Amino acid sequence: MKTFLARRIMYSIVLLLATTIFVFVLSRQSGDPRHLLLSEQTTKEEWDAWGVELGLDRPVYQQYIIWLGNAITGDFGESIRQRRPALDVVVERIPATLELAAGSFLFSVITGIPLGVLSAIKRGSMLDYIGRTFALIGQAAPVFWLGIVLVLIFSVNLGWFPVARRGGLDHYILPSITLGWLFASSFLRLTRSAMLEILDSEFIKFARAKGVEGALVIWKHAFRNALLPSLTYAGLLLAGLITGAVITETIFSWPGLGSLAVNSVWQLDFPVLTAVVFVITLAYVGMALLIDFLYAIADPRIRLE
Amino acid sequence: MNDAHSTISENVTDQLPRSDAPSFWQHLRHLLRTWPIVPIIIITALLIAAIFAELLTPYDPEKDDLISRNTPPMWQEGGDSKHILGTDPLGRDMLARIIYGARTSLLIATIVLSIGTVVGLIVGLIAGYIGGTVDEILMRVVDFTFAVPFILVALVSVIVYGQSFTLVIILLTIFSWNGVARQTRAETLSLKTRDYVAAALVAGASIWRILWKHLVPGLINTVIVVTTLQLGSLILTEASLSFLGVGIPPPSPAWGVMVAEGRNYIYTEWWISFFPGLAIMLTVLAFNFLGDWFRDRFDPRLRQLD
Repeated sequence: MKTFLARRIMYSIVLLLATTIFVFVLSRQSGDPRHLLLSEQTTKEEWDAWGVELGLDRPVYQQYIIWLGNAITGDFGESIRQRRPALDVVVERIPATLELAAGSFLFSVITGIPLGVLSAIKRGSMLDYIGRTFALIGQAAPVFWLGIVLVLIFSVNLGWFPVARRGGLDHYILPSITLGWLFASSFLRLTRSAMLEILDSEFIKFARAKGVEGALVIWKHAFRNALLPSLTYAGLLLAGLITGAVITETIFSWPGLGSLAVNSVWQLDFPVLTAVVFVITLAYVGMALLIDFLYAIADPRIRLE
Repeated sequence: MNDAHSTISENVTDQLPRSDAPSFWQHLRHLLRTWPIVPIIIITALLIAAIFAELLTPYDPEKDDLISRNTPPMWQEGGDSKHILGTDPLGRDMLARIIYGARTSLLIATIVLSIGTVVGLIVGLIAGYIGGTVDEILMRVVDFTFAVPFILVALVSVIVYGQSFTLVIILLTIFSWNGVARQTRAETLSLKTRDYVAAALVAGASIWRILWKHLVPGLINTVIVVTTLQLGSLILTEASLSFLGVGIPPPSPAWGVMVAEGRNYIYTEWWISFFPGLAIMLTVLAFNFLGDWFRDRFDPRLRQLD
């Protein structure tokens, strides 16, 4: 267990470093970062001072180490557009993204898992078809289009929900469905196939044969085991979650990290962009680690390896 | 678990109460379940659209025609039978742009998957056959490409290098060889322990001969399945990039760009976003279905993949 976790932590750190190196080197490729800070009042001395501060006279890897050293202490430089620390700009966007992530996770769990179990139990029934159609749409419809169509139906035509932006509880519904549908589909398919497999296994037949009540067999004996694959693949879904969040936030003008990343691209605000990438990658690596940890707890085979 | 099973058992129960032969609808249902007919129809239509775009529509997908801008689809009030699906804010015919958009999507998917599959196959073979440190390093690289938040890398690259067709292809390729590599490696690990490989080795076959003549043929099924399953997600990713404005540069007809262009008009001109998105969804559905079907046919062990 300890070596397993130690390896995963090492790997997470490598991933974080590699991503930031990639972004850092690319951003330095785009030209002298001082041009972005330049204004009409800039003096030659200030220009040179920036050069020393950013280490522009040194090789790129040393510049990266300087940047990393600053980043660890929370200094990502100053936002070029907003003239205040880049980290502040990023941090104030975190709550909106967390709320969106929580909403979509809730949606995907409360729809995907029960529907997956039900379509496995009632295989071939109407319910099964509805569940599978729901999953097929979720996996094939582009997130950005899904969001627009939901707005078209429920906001523009029916007027049930607000069109965009953060606000009361009703503001969370469409964005959460938009982002959560894909994950609901994955949960549904995974739970369904895991349930089908487990319901066919010897220990379930045994439980049934010794007279355990139907619902108890399904929820206590089968369902618990069927959750395991969902957990494994939750890790693989994380990368998709980031892409989805970026798009969902763009559509719904949601003031989170994803829309900040897109905006800083258009505004060429590198300090903010590198800070966003750092924070998102950190969160991502953390979640991946958490999933590995939960998996090790849930599955003794991993723990003992 | 497997659909073939359910087809048999359901057909039996369906038929039990009736004494006569299966009806036309039962035949049709059986046919649709056994063969991926609907996906094949959709994919054929897409291929025809992509190859013969010029012959299928009289309109230029990139040329503005401001007089007929924002024409609704022909069945709506104010529609015009000259523009079946209506026009966009610049007066360009929606259907023409969707047809040419099929060309863009399929072209990108084909280029990316051809490169990605070959690279993935080679990497997987080398990692699986040689093993040891080489395997460890290559597989960590694969893990890495799976784990890096793709969209962030794409956003940064676009600021630095500017939006272009080539950049989209490079970005998508970097992140699409990994699935084939992983599966190929796993297959190679099991294939190389077979007796016929040992026999070839004893007979003095070179490593290239073993890889090419004895291992690759056994891997083809897996590669076909993995590649087809990837097609859908590749098209979705390209569309997402284009939607965010970091993919195919306008005015080229790309479905993702078209959905983005219609976004600000959904209150009044709903068709501008709706139809291109529908095209994406149907395409992805078709490729996903086909991939699932291939998998069940050729390589049921990969079922755990979804």
